[in-house]
Amino acid sequence: MIDTLVGIVALTLAAGTPLVIAALGELVVERSGVLNLGVEGMMLIGAVAGFIVTVHTHMPWLGVAAAIVAGAAMALVFAIVAVSLQANQVASGLALSLLGIGLSAFVGQPYVAAVVDPIKAINWPPLSSLPVLGPLLFAYNPLVYVSVALAAGVHLFLLHSRAGLVLRAVGESPRSAHAIGYRVLAIRYAAVLFGGACAGLAGAYLSLAFTPLWSEGMTSGRGWIALALVVFATWRPYRVLLGAWLFGAVTLAQFQVQAAGIEIAPQLLAMLPYAATIVVLAWMSRDAAAIRRHSPASLGKPFHPQR
Amino acid sequence: MTHGNPRLELAGITKRYGDVVANDAIDLAVHAGEIHALLGENGAGKSTLSKIIYGVVRPDAGTLRWEGRAVEIASPGDARRLGIGMVFQHFSLFESLRVVDNIALGEDGPASGAALSASIRGISHAYGLPLDPSRYVHTMSVGERQRVEIVRCLLQSPKLLVMDEPTSVLTPQAVERLFATLRSLAAEGTAILYISHKLAEIRALCDRATILRDGRVTGECDPRAEDQASLARMMIGSDLPHPRHRAAIPGATMLAARALDLPAGDPFGTPLAGVDLDVRAGEIVGIAGISGNGQRELLAALSGERTTRADAVAIDGVGVGHLGIAARRRHGLAYVPEERQGRGAVPELSLADNTLLSASAQGLVRHGIVDRRATRARARDAIAAFRVKAAGPDALAETLSGGNLQKFILAREMQQSPKVLIAAQPTWGVDIGASAEIRQALVDLRDAGAAVLVVSEDLDELFEIADRIAVIARGRLSPAMPVTGTDPEAIGLAMAGEPGARAA
Amino acid sequence: MAPFRLEARNAPSSLAKWLAPPLAAIAMVACGFVLFAVLGKDPVAALHAFFVAPVATRYGIGELLLKASPLALIATGLAIGYRANVWNIGAEGQLAVGAIAAGGVALALDASGPLVVLPLMFVAGALAGALWAAIPAWLRTRCNANEILTSLMLVYIATLLLSYMVHGPWRDPEGFNFPQSRMFAASALLPVIVEGTRLNAGTLVTLAVVAAAWLFVARTLVGFEMRVAGLAPGAAQYAGVSPAKVVWIGMLCGGACAGVAGVNEIAGPIGQLLPSVSPGYGFAAIIVAFVGRLHPAGIVVASLLMSLLYLGGEAAQVALALPSSITGLFQGTLLLFLLAADVLIHYRVRIGARTAMATP
Repeated sequence: MIDTLVGIVALTLAAGTPLVIAALGELVVERSGVLNLGVEGMMLIGAVAGFIVTVHTHMPWLGVAAAIVAGAAMALVFAIVAVSLQANQVASGLALSLLGIGLSAFVGQPYVAAVVDPIKAINWPPLSSLPVLGPLLFAYNPLVYVSVALAAGVHLFLLHSRAGLVLRAVGESPRSAHAIGYRVLAIRYAAVLFGGACAGLAGAYLSLAFTPLWSEGMTSGRGWIALALVVFATWRPYRVLLGAWLFGAVTLAQFQVQAAGIEIAPQLLAMLPYAATIVVLAWMSRDAAAIRRHSPASLGKPFHPQR
Repeated sequence: MTHGNPRLELAGITKRYGDVVANDAIDLAVHAGEIHALLGENGAGKSTLSKIIYGVVRPDAGTLRWEGRAVEIASPGDARRLGIGMVFQHFSLFESLRVVDNIALGEDGPASGAALSASIRGISHAYGLPLDPSRYVHTMSVGERQRVEIVRCLLQSPKLLVMDEPTSVLTPQAVERLFATLRSLAAEGTAILYISHKLAEIRALCDRATILRDGRVTGECDPRAEDQASLARMMIGSDLPHPRHRAAIPGATMLAARALDLPAGDPFGTPLAGVDLDVRAGEIVGIAGISGNGQRELLAALSGERTTRADAVAIDGVGVGHLGIAARRRHGLAYVPEERQGRGAVPELSLADNTLLSASAQGLVRHGIVDRRATRARARDAIAAFRVKAAGPDALAETLSGGNLQKFILAREMQQSPKVLIAAQPTWGVDIGASAEIRQALVDLRDAGAAVLVVSEDLDELFEIADRIAVIARGRLSPAMPVTGTDPEAIGLAMAGEPGARAA
Repeated sequence: MAPFRLEARNAPSSLAKWLAPPLAAIAMVACGFVLFAVLGKDPVAALHAFFVAPVATRYGIGELLLKASPLALIATGLAIGYRANVWNIGAEGQLAVGAIAAGGVALALDASGPLVVLPLMFVAGALAGALWAAIPAWLRTRCNANEILTSLMLVYIATLLLSYMVHGPWRDPEGFNFPQSRMFAASALLPVIVEGTRLNAGTLVTLAVVAAAWLFVARTLVGFEMRVAGLAPGAAQYAGVSPAKVVWIGMLCGGACAGVAGVNEIAGPIGQLLPSVSPGYGFAAIIVAFVGRLHPAGIVVASLLMSLLYLGGEAAQVALALPSSITGLFQGTLLLFLLAADVLIHYRVRIGARTAMATP
């Protein structure tokens, strides 16, 4: 019984990890006042880039690095269009997602049947083989620990560092920040690139650790769910962790139901995470005043120093 | 006082925006210990010049000298390192952050929270500007926010303090306290550049004045040796216009509010509590108050942008509190909102299209289809009636200057022959000529028998055109008093919400 | 310093507004040239195979119009919402649900005549699409939930629902266990209107809808109010436009048009229900809407371009041995170029660093 529970917790964390990473990245982007809807596209590019590099080099960590760079490169395209050139952020983000979906399918097509050396879960003999505590704490994929560390890091950065204070100030009022001498566009570029790097890393986790293979559109909406998680978390990092793991559990539920021998068509079960996203989003958003209080005041509005 | 090199000297400073020359070869010198006025009306180029001095904007041509040495001020950081502090007209504060965070953001060195809080307390008490470093800015009044900006500058021990229209949001009493602070700073040797368009203030405070008009320097003088009329001539190139104004002949109550309550519209707003108000036909009632005391909510409730119970608001005796703004227009309401671009008009649309915003029920639409000929004709009439400077009914609203767009909006509302007109900050940011025309139009509308309600932060404006004045403070509205029975000092006390002031 | 800087124009340039889409298309083709060269193909021949060869025949032109039809139809509906800042990006799901509803009608009534079945299919498809879009509309107006995310989540749910229907209840019992429905009876199929092509009467429906949308946005008060709501929400509030009404109209128009596009697909080229009834038309239509400047006439032109990208992708698979996903690559590039080119509407681009400070 306890082993089943431990197994569920372990799988939940494993399923929630890409959401944690991608949502934390987007959270930083949104805190700077920029809305990047291209998370799905950046994740896919990260997934395919990490996979291809690993296929050729057999070095999964090099693949991870490639995924981070590729995600950031996609984010750079977004930053040029939406931050420098002032384009509508909603449209630019959608364009980035569509581009990412198309580009990843295009470059990934020859690799659909390829196999890679995956990133393996850690195994620290005395600790990992402990009963209960071993699988509960010491037997995850390294990227799972990275995701938790990232949450702590983003929390410390945003709320306890001067740079984080500046970033929040830019998201609150770019006009004021500009007036007292901060380089709003440079700060927003940095945030957007960080978001892209995180999305790329989240993609690499999918294609190199969670399900080590490449298939077209393999993120299946996780990038969009990550965006919803930022709202769910009301722009606070530790809540992202909770929300992402909750979604991990929901994703898992479909397999649990099937394992329990309950007869439901797989398509209907597969709807669960998406339906849950809608319900959670509606539930969290219904207090409009709270959302407005917590969301960065300039979110989604282009800023140009000259205007 | 003026020995040696000036603290700051500008020579030939020029800045263009597209085809517009905001600053044209400006020369200016400010000395240590001097309170130097930069006088000019809205649009004369004062703000651009102050941004150039603070490094926010870079000039196209010209030189800046700091204590005799040529300098380039490429950023506000550069300006602060030289010893320049700046208090912006539109504060550069972050509402969701605490005072100490706001001040840390304006400091260049990394200051620890506790140490910075201590020095904030120290400085703010030394200059009589009490501040609690741990308060959130969004909980503060406008006057308190200005204190944050000033203390932020003082912490850097500035050698030059630039103040951009600092009194536009203050009560007369707060202005006096500010002047005392500035005088003591000047006595310590700080140079102060005081930017304003208020003649009386400049004569009361400043040692020297440089006058700007249309981006050029038109004169330099000792303001204490001039009178209002001579300063005005230098500032606008002609005499100050005087409105024709005769005593009101009020009729029946046309706009009424009874025990009007309204929750705040946004997290940082002010709820209305038990507002009672009567505006009669043929009179102008002014509502004074420091911004953020419930004006936004009062305007929303009276205009119908937000609805409430039916009998809380009445137009011509009919309860309309539950009706939206379009329905209230059918009862004879017209409304000139505070924001011109984006509320009173859509910047990206033509003037003809903009007539539809408030006049769609006036024969401009048939069977749901817009009559384009009618909208253009109507826009053309509005342009002609107020001599609006615009290319024609097809000109986009965003191509008009603030004053011209305001004249167009007012003309559009007056075309509807309203029983009640509500105007918020009707001349805010508008040049003196257009302001005079707008105020005259409001008086003429009153004389034609309409009930006019003007909500304004400009006490001079209210005392010029209103017949009765009420004060809004913390969401409560005082009874309206005849202007002849009160004065700006009494109104100022009530604006600050001081106890006992309301009876004055 | 940046290699270029932006200088605000005094008024937006309408020339730049209409020049940006062709500029973006040219930039996209230039990118294609480089891409083909990098992939070791003769770029001129490849561009010919991609952009010219597919429409060199009468049949090809028919295919161009056939694929442009759903794109134009959906984009027209979406644009009504987009002009008002109502971001329905779930057209792909609304299309699928429209197809399910119309497919249900076709399967249930296949003994009736075409004058009964086809109109009922259109009504069912439009209603189902609108109903699917009503969910995000309701969540937005009641719960303030972001319609971008909810409408997109509903795409996944709708496509899973379609998959469920053809795997389960509506699977053709004589279909060798393939996940597909029975073929529809002739009475549930749209007649071909040009000999020698697959172009069918659905295109006429599209043209009618586009014309009606044009009248709506250009001439009616409600169309004007939707536009004001998109340009300046404060002005819409001042004019007394209900924000909820704007959301509902925007979402329902998009949903109904997407639903009808779904009907066109299953009653036209497909003729039955399959696990997938659209090669991403619902997403491509978002690009069509933007490239067409949210204007019905522009959308028609943009839909032809986007349709050509679909045909080119299929041709590339055959003639150039490239994956057909190259279509998505071109589509995304086109929209990004367009958004970048739009900067010219509000700004002049000055090449070179800031002019040095001149000393007089």
